[in-house]
Amino acid sequence: MSESPPILALRGVSKAFGAVRALQDVSLDLHGGEIHALAGENGAGKSTLVKILAGVHRPDEGQVLLDGRPRDFRGPGDAQQAGVAVIYQEPTLFPDLSVAENIFMGRQPRARFGRIDRGALRSATAGLFERLGVSLDPDRPARGLSIADQQIVEIAKAISRDARVLIMDEPTAALSGNEVGRLFSVARTLRDHGCALLFISHRLEEIFELCHRVTTLRDGRLIATEPLDDLTPDDLVQRMVGRELDTLYPKQDTTPGDALLTVARLTREGVFTDVSFEVRAGEIVALAGLVGAGRSEVARAVFGIDRYDAGAVEVRGTRLPVGSPTAAMAAGIALVPEDRRQQGLVMDGTIERNIGLTTLRTLRRGPVISRKAERDRAADWAIRLQLKYSRLSDAVGVLSGGNQQKVVLAKWLSTEPSVLIVDEPTRGIDVGTKAEVHRLLSELAADGLAVLMISSDLPEVLGMADRVLVMHEGRLAAEIPRAEATEETVMAAATGRTRREAA
Amino acid sequence: MAPDASVKTASAAAPVTATPRVGRLVRWDVIVTALLIVVFIGGALGTPDFATGDNLSFALDDLCEIALIALPMTLLVVVGEVDLSVASALGMSSALLGALWDAGWAIETIVPLLIVVGAVTGLVNGLLVTRLGLPSLAVTIGTLTLYRGLAYVVLGTKAVAEFPQNYADLATGTVPGTPIPYPFALFIVLAIITAVVLHATGAGRAMFAIGAQEEAAFFAGIRVKRIKLLLFVVSGVVSAFAGVIYTLRYGSARADNGLGLELAVIAAVLLGGVDFDGGRGTLGGVVAGVLLIGLLRNLLMLRDVATEIQSIVTGLLLIVSVLTPRIVAGVREARRHPRGSMSASSQ
Repeated sequence: MSESPPILALRGVSKAFGAVRALQDVSLDLHGGEIHALAGENGAGKSTLVKILAGVHRPDEGQVLLDGRPRDFRGPGDAQQAGVAVIYQEPTLFPDLSVAENIFMGRQPRARFGRIDRGALRSATAGLFERLGVSLDPDRPARGLSIADQQIVEIAKAISRDARVLIMDEPTAALSGNEVGRLFSVARTLRDHGCALLFISHRLEEIFELCHRVTTLRDGRLIATEPLDDLTPDDLVQRMVGRELDTLYPKQDTTPGDALLTVARLTREGVFTDVSFEVRAGEIVALAGLVGAGRSEVARAVFGIDRYDAGAVEVRGTRLPVGSPTAAMAAGIALVPEDRRQQGLVMDGTIERNIGLTTLRTLRRGPVISRKAERDRAADWAIRLQLKYSRLSDAVGVLSGGNQQKVVLAKWLSTEPSVLIVDEPTRGIDVGTKAEVHRLLSELAADGLAVLMISSDLPEVLGMADRVLVMHEGRLAAEIPRAEATEETVMAAATGRTRREAA
Repeated sequence: MAPDASVKTASAAAPVTATPRVGRLVRWDVIVTALLIVVFIGGALGTPDFATGDNLSFALDDLCEIALIALPMTLLVVVGEVDLSVASALGMSSALLGALWDAGWAIETIVPLLIVVGAVTGLVNGLLVTRLGLPSLAVTIGTLTLYRGLAYVVLGTKAVAEFPQNYADLATGTVPGTPIPYPFALFIVLAIITAVVLHATGAGRAMFAIGAQEEAAFFAGIRVKRIKLLLFVVSGVVSAFAGVIYTLRYGSARADNGLGLELAVIAAVLLGGVDFDGGRGTLGGVVAGVLLIGLLRNLLMLRDVATEIQSIVTGLLLIVSVLTPRIVAGVREARRHPRGSMSASSQ
């Protein structure tokens, strides 16, 4: 790309943790004025590489080069001093301090007698935001900022420290479409100012949209560094997984049966209003919409996590009581929640206990839980879902994101539900596991399950759903059959540009 | 191949993050049990009157209220709650027993009534925690003073004595042929039941899940509030019954009976390796913790150590038992690589 030496580079870097070789002989060049993508599945070594660049880990072999000269980062502080900044998926700001104070934490401009010069603080922050082309109030507290805004604050902090290398570790995972767009424009601005950017994302379309070149890792090894212009998404996936994926969206055709889940005029004041739909046996219905449109909230109400003010939820014609997950489960509903770490799993708990948690009643022999039954059930599901683990007595926290999600799925499928609600089933999951989850959902629907899938991943919605329900500001804005569902029709409804056509 | 990468990740991370936790628990139990043996042998060698059947019976009898209340307390701490009002509930039960006995009621009528009163004290705690969402630490500090206050309202500062001999015998006598007092035999039976509930039943699985990740437990259909409420009620009932034993053992009903006992109970539970943040612990550890506290109290008493020093020892044990696992974990953390270097953050 550029003739000048890279600002930051790795040469033949290897790193091992105990017996595991996280990185082997990996080289990487980050040039000023370029956005470089780093691709690879979970466990490919991306995070280790980022941590070496950020000075968190030191390489066992190989060198880190700064402006062409070897540098030894002894800690994150060294890397920061050298102008390397990392923006994480979920930044940690001081919630009670203002945006400006967060940015200049520890380096506040001083007035006389050591007081903080608020005027200078404010104008410096406003200047940074202007450079980034975003509008944020420097004086507002960090509490309540969206994750997207928090990331912008982190980026501003990095720029204020004259960072020349910006590493963005899956910054878009929790962002909505608009927010991603804004982040990208900030990234492009920085690129045009001569910064070197490293961008990590599981979403291939983002990599293709934003970056010039891509470095792919697999099993800790460098597979290729190449311009994205010459690649197709399929090429990239193949480099990441090392084999051809049959298809990312293996949707089987099914004939829907009876309505298993009927939601009628469901309303929770201020959250969602008058939501009616049904999901039939054998059907995958997607619930699409922008983040904050109320999709997860509807799912939570249906499952009984939250109460609702009006309307009804019926499973096979039987009305469910309000606000009882236990009753919803007994009626045959399962909910794979949005937040795997908080809601889906007990992270400290073992794999087998997590899987058994939803079916404690059926694991009983007399009054006592049968450990054998518990383990057998977990082992069955581990095999069925091709879970990668070393022992069923390991904490789920040690599994990769994709495998954690498989445990959540196992936990819920073992209740033998007739209605499966999945909320963002593949968020933060590598592409190989993603295809597996999709195949599983498709098979389950073919077996007669009613599947309600909430997803912000538009290709997933279009690829998997028989029908797409689109929510906009707490209301159902449209119901679009598979044949008519396109990015345009779904986005139009999600952004409120079309009114609801049918119920 | 992708699966290979994942397998490596899982198997690599497992020994790093999972084993120390399990290892820590096992080792903590072992440490406490070892300490128990050391204290026992040390006591037997250094204090002449210690290792006699009579003294050990007395020590166990003296320990039984702490031991009994430690059982529901263990379950509460496992689900991430705590009940500081137990000693006051005990005192209130004692005061009521005295007042009603004084008024001519039969013990057979009073005890069931006290059980009901105990259930109500627990219910109040439980409802405040589960319905209003208040932290149990704050709620039960409140009811700690409330119930103690009610005890004084009931009995004032007087003491009621002269309870029927057959009941006093039940509180101090030993199971024939053993040095085990009846109240402690009750503890053994209840400890076995509690151990089974905690470690082998669905309810126990649910309790650990609640303590470790309450939201995930709720999402899994576990009736979190109902379980917590029930545990507070059990805690109240056991405390009230412990009040009966206490009163009969000392032959004296007073409003200030069992003052400060809650700290010994919590010290025993934490010393037994139950994580104060919930989600982790074993009942075996708690039994060892209870016995250790009991032996220490007995030894200090035999050596005529002032009660002030005794409470200092209890306090130090409390701090040490909370601190040690954390220091050990911290040292481990520092020694190994930052957690989840490959798996946790790369998604």
